Amino acid sequence: MTEKTTYNERLEDKLTTIFAGGHPKYHEKMKEQNKLFVRDRLALLFDDGKYLEDGRFANCEAADLPADGVVTAMGKVNGQSVCVMANDSTVKAGSWGSRTVEKIIRIQEIAEKNRVPMLYLVDSAGARITDQLDMFPNRRGAGKIFHNQVRLSGFIPQICLLFGPSAAGGAYIPAFCDIVIMVEGNASMYLGSPRMAEKVIGEKVSLEEMGGARMHCSVSGCGDVLVTSEEEAISEARRYLAYFPANFTEKPKLVEPKLPKEGRTLEAIIPENQNAPFDMYEAIDQLIDEGSFFDVKKLFAPEIITGLARIEGQAVGIIANQPKAKGGVLFVDSADKATKFINLCDAFSIPLLFLADVPGFMIGTKVERAGIIRHGAKLIMAMSSATVPKISVIVRKAYGAGLYAMAGPAFEPDVCIALPTAQIAVMGPEAAVNAVYSNKIEAIEDPKERIKYVQEKHQEYKEEIDIYKLASEMIIDEIVKPSDLRSVLAERFHAYSTKELPQPPRKHPVYPV
Amino acid sequence: MKQLESTMAGTVFTVNVKEGEEVTAGQTIMVLESMKMEIPVEAEVAGKVATIKAQIGDFVNEGDVLVTFE
Repeated sequence: MTEKTTYNERLEDKLTTIFAGGHPKYHEKMKEQNKLFVRDRLALLFDDGKYLEDGRFANCEAADLPADGVVTAMGKVNGQSVCVMANDSTVKAGSWGSRTVEKIIRIQEIAEKNRVPMLYLVDSAGARITDQLDMFPNRRGAGKIFHNQVRLSGFIPQICLLFGPSAAGGAYIPAFCDIVIMVEGNASMYLGSPRMAEKVIGEKVSLEEMGGARMHCSVSGCGDVLVTSEEEAISEARRYLAYFPANFTEKPKLVEPKLPKEGRTLEAIIPENQNAPFDMYEAIDQLIDEGSFFDVKKLFAPEIITGLARIEGQAVGIIANQPKAKGGVLFVDSADKATKFINLCDAFSIPLLFLADVPGFMIGTKVERAGIIRHGAKLIMAMSSATVPKISVIVRKAYGAGLYAMAGPAFEPDVCIALPTAQIAVMGPEAAVNAVYSNKIEAIEDPKERIKYVQEKHQEYKEEIDIYKLASEMIIDEIVKPSDLRSVLAERFHAYSTKELPQPPRKHPVYPV
Repeated sequence: MKQLESTMAGTVFTVNVKEGEEVTAGQTIMVLESMKMEIPVEAEVAGKVATIKAQIGDFVNEGDVLVTFE
């Protein structure tokens, strides 16, 4: 009896130490930064706050390394099992020792075997330099974490919630995730710290400027969703997961349909003048179930909108040009943004909706030198090789390679729908008339005659690209009234839900980068 | 915000503010014409316009300063 009590007490003592995490002074510091303790984060993330933990006793013989600085667990989110690794930054700043790394590798293996999503709750200073031989270069060292991430990519959803730093090699955890949610003010990603940058290359820069959450979500594109608190990060992760199946073999779940948000009609939103801007978000609201939009990379390359949504309860991925930002023209960053999003949706059987209002890819020295052609090729390849149901809607103009990038007829969309305002052409009327008739126009000396001639040619050109002519040639499949678009999309996505597309035998394409 | 930069290469189509004018966040400061499109350039935060650096018809590259604020 006494012996048993002693055994139990010893276990209780150990558990108390483990659950307490690091020294109280580090808990205090976290509170000052509006950060939550790792176990509180997990309690918020999982349904009913419940989870199964593994490797709890890792490094329990060491006095100050409870759980070796990481909690690995399996629990439920929206009723769906998921695996999680979560750094404890009260323990040696969340740094990785050999057991930390082994725990992360093991939870990834559990996620793979059970085919469930893997979440990474990152708040870590990086490698424990003192332990480097045990955790850095070996077969089951930190490199294996990234190797596993690559192996799992597209097999199960992988999500990163960044609460603190993700430094040096550790920064590759977010890089290999499908999506990265960053808490403004606390989250950061960098290969070399500002201190290292000053020592090694002589640059003086703040952490926020070089690797802060806002910078990554708006400039580098390494972050996808910028949030203001850890609670918001966790609720956004839960909301995101609801659009995804557990793994690539399953399909997204249907939910109860909702009516779209009340607002102006599409006819009222879309201006007649092809060149005038409007807010595509307002148009999207009229097509989707109210409150169902999950914006991915909202602050990055805003000239293209990418987001998850529901149309009558069905999950869809929307890629839409935003005429309000940079005229909806496609740039290097917009191509990157849409490429990753299309790959994400295609991997997990989320059908794609393209809403085209695009003057084309940007031209000029700056973008040519930045390789706009190879970036555009990435987007076109991703869109072209996606095998999920694809619907392309020509909202207004679709000029040049912009038509191609937005799943134009040649790229086998399941249907190409035009609104009556649609205009499809190699280029717009103004540019085309200038290109073809510039010598003739310049030769006309009388200014009135010249204007008259140009106007005639504009008119001829507009008739040439009239949307009913394109429909008559069966270039587009359907012309739909804006007020009917939502129900047409819902019916068509439903109709294509059994789509299967056999692929030509090969290992994989040679991806443009 | 000390200055407002052009979001893309294009020609200044309209200048919608005057020097000394107080502007609010999201207010259209200029409209550029590029790729045959009208591109509004909006103030990121509220402020008072100090100098206007580009006039109607000027070509501006991405990143060029359009307006400075006090």
